[in-house]
Amino acid sequence: MCNIDILRHDFPILNKIVNDQPLIYLDSGATSQKPQCVIDSLNHFYTNSNSNVHRGIHTLGDQATTSYENTREKVAQFINAVPKEIVWTKGATESLNILAYGLSQSLKPRDIILISALEHHANIVPWQQVCAQTGAILKVIPLDETLQKITLSETFKLIDIYKPKIISLSHASNALGNIQPVKEIIEYSKKYQSITIIDGAQAFMHLRPDMKNLDCDFYVFSAHKALGPTGLGCLYGKYEVLNTLPVYQTGGEMIKTVSFEETIFSEAPSKFEAGTPNIAGVIAFGSAIDYLDKINFNAQLIYEKALFLSLRNQLENISGIKLYGDLDQNIGTISFNYKNEHPFDIATLLDQYGIAVRVGNHCTQPLMSSLNIEGTVRVSLAFYNTKTEIEVFIKHLKQCLSLLD
Amino acid sequence: MNDTYINIKNKISNANTWQEKYREIMLLGKTLPQLSNELKIDSALVDGCESKVWLHLEFKIGLQENTLFINANSDTRIVKGLLCIIINLYSDLTPSEILSINPEKEFEDMSLLKHLSPSRGNGIKAILSVIHNKATAQK
Repeated sequence: MCNIDILRHDFPILNKIVNDQPLIYLDSGATSQKPQCVIDSLNHFYTNSNSNVHRGIHTLGDQATTSYENTREKVAQFINAVPKEIVWTKGATESLNILAYGLSQSLKPRDIILISALEHHANIVPWQQVCAQTGAILKVIPLDETLQKITLSETFKLIDIYKPKIISLSHASNALGNIQPVKEIIEYSKKYQSITIIDGAQAFMHLRPDMKNLDCDFYVFSAHKALGPTGLGCLYGKYEVLNTLPVYQTGGEMIKTVSFEETIFSEAPSKFEAGTPNIAGVIAFGSAIDYLDKINFNAQLIYEKALFLSLRNQLENISGIKLYGDLDQNIGTISFNYKNEHPFDIATLLDQYGIAVRVGNHCTQPLMSSLNIEGTVRVSLAFYNTKTEIEVFIKHLKQCLSLLD
Repeated sequence: MNDTYINIKNKISNANTWQEKYREIMLLGKTLPQLSNELKIDSALVDGCESKVWLHLEFKIGLQENTLFINANSDTRIVKGLLCIIINLYSDLTPSEILSINPEKEFEDMSLLKHLSPSRGNGIKAILSVIHNKATAQK
């Protein structure tokens, strides 16, 4: 990878002083920090070319539409798809809701929807609602408590038993960082023509998924977890499946013709994009994709793996600390607890050192119950973190723990 | 304000480092009496707490006006300590005395204002509004 110290200069927030200490941001799983080019892009749009898209004949409108649609192309290229397979949403959560609503229309009572024990609430709750409305049944691939992950053998067994209509899985767990074996599961589920949905909110920036290679029907992610602005997400769908999906929001921008008697919707993706979209957000996300494109993916993977191993090894060496999750196949997110101490106390003290981590159940209450814990301290890394930051974190963590002892 | 509260406030305000301040808070937390299991009920949980906070408030019949009795606890050391401060600040006060207190000012004096931020998830702000609402209703 390019020199990390130079690259860090692109992220103005990383120079911030928090509680009189240099910020150490270890909460990229909640949201990533933004490079200057993304911030500039938002500013540039509102300063120079703000206008609505897909309407108007004027120059600004054309410019806005071009930049907006260019980003669709960039994202399509980035994930090896075609632009018309990319729907803009307000986040991974909305993408999942569009899918849950759309797919629910063809579900029958007793149809099975299969998810994993590691899902975030956004990939649980919409399906529960669908089940309540249709009589479909939600089944869960359990966590292997020893291995702290789902296993392929158990997953395949359940797929054979349930022949699920829909399988919806996180590519990587937000709470534990586990990279899930989605490619194998997608392939296996072809046996029963299950519709496969992958929640890539956590994985997108770390794993740069390739849609042709994964071969899932749908993939969802949020821009803000991948250097982009908040309030924007993406729904990728294989075109033939995507275009048959019923719409869940209607209005302007998504229609072909409207009379008071009937309306004919546009084709995907625009039929899912009712109303004025998050134009500035989309264009700024284009800058984020450009930025990621400049970073060699292999170098990023190697660098992130080294950071993760350094963090894992140093945490493992602190007596009283218990780590959770798959510590081999991992995007660089570690959840831990210390003795019987409450994660809240640890994070409050770490914050005094300018260290940002997340605590709590990470919107995965069912997963926390299967682990028999209330919550954890979660450290989530990104490529802009350094080994020095990890060392400083470990040093201060030890000081915090001694305050509690 | 009673002497115990004034002592606590002085101790915390005079702490030289944040480490010392938090050590004091956590030591205070240790003095909080355990809550019996019958009182650790979901209906007593305060919303908005990432940590669990059980809060029981009761106005005891006094000679002229009723006064507040607080029974509360938490599963985290820091919130326990903060609860202890709140209990000493409000216990045995009448509704009008409670409403005359400006908790923001008190927390600010102790440099603990950040614990009143709604995003902190510790629910201190929620606890204070429960107390103030109860006092308003009692008036």
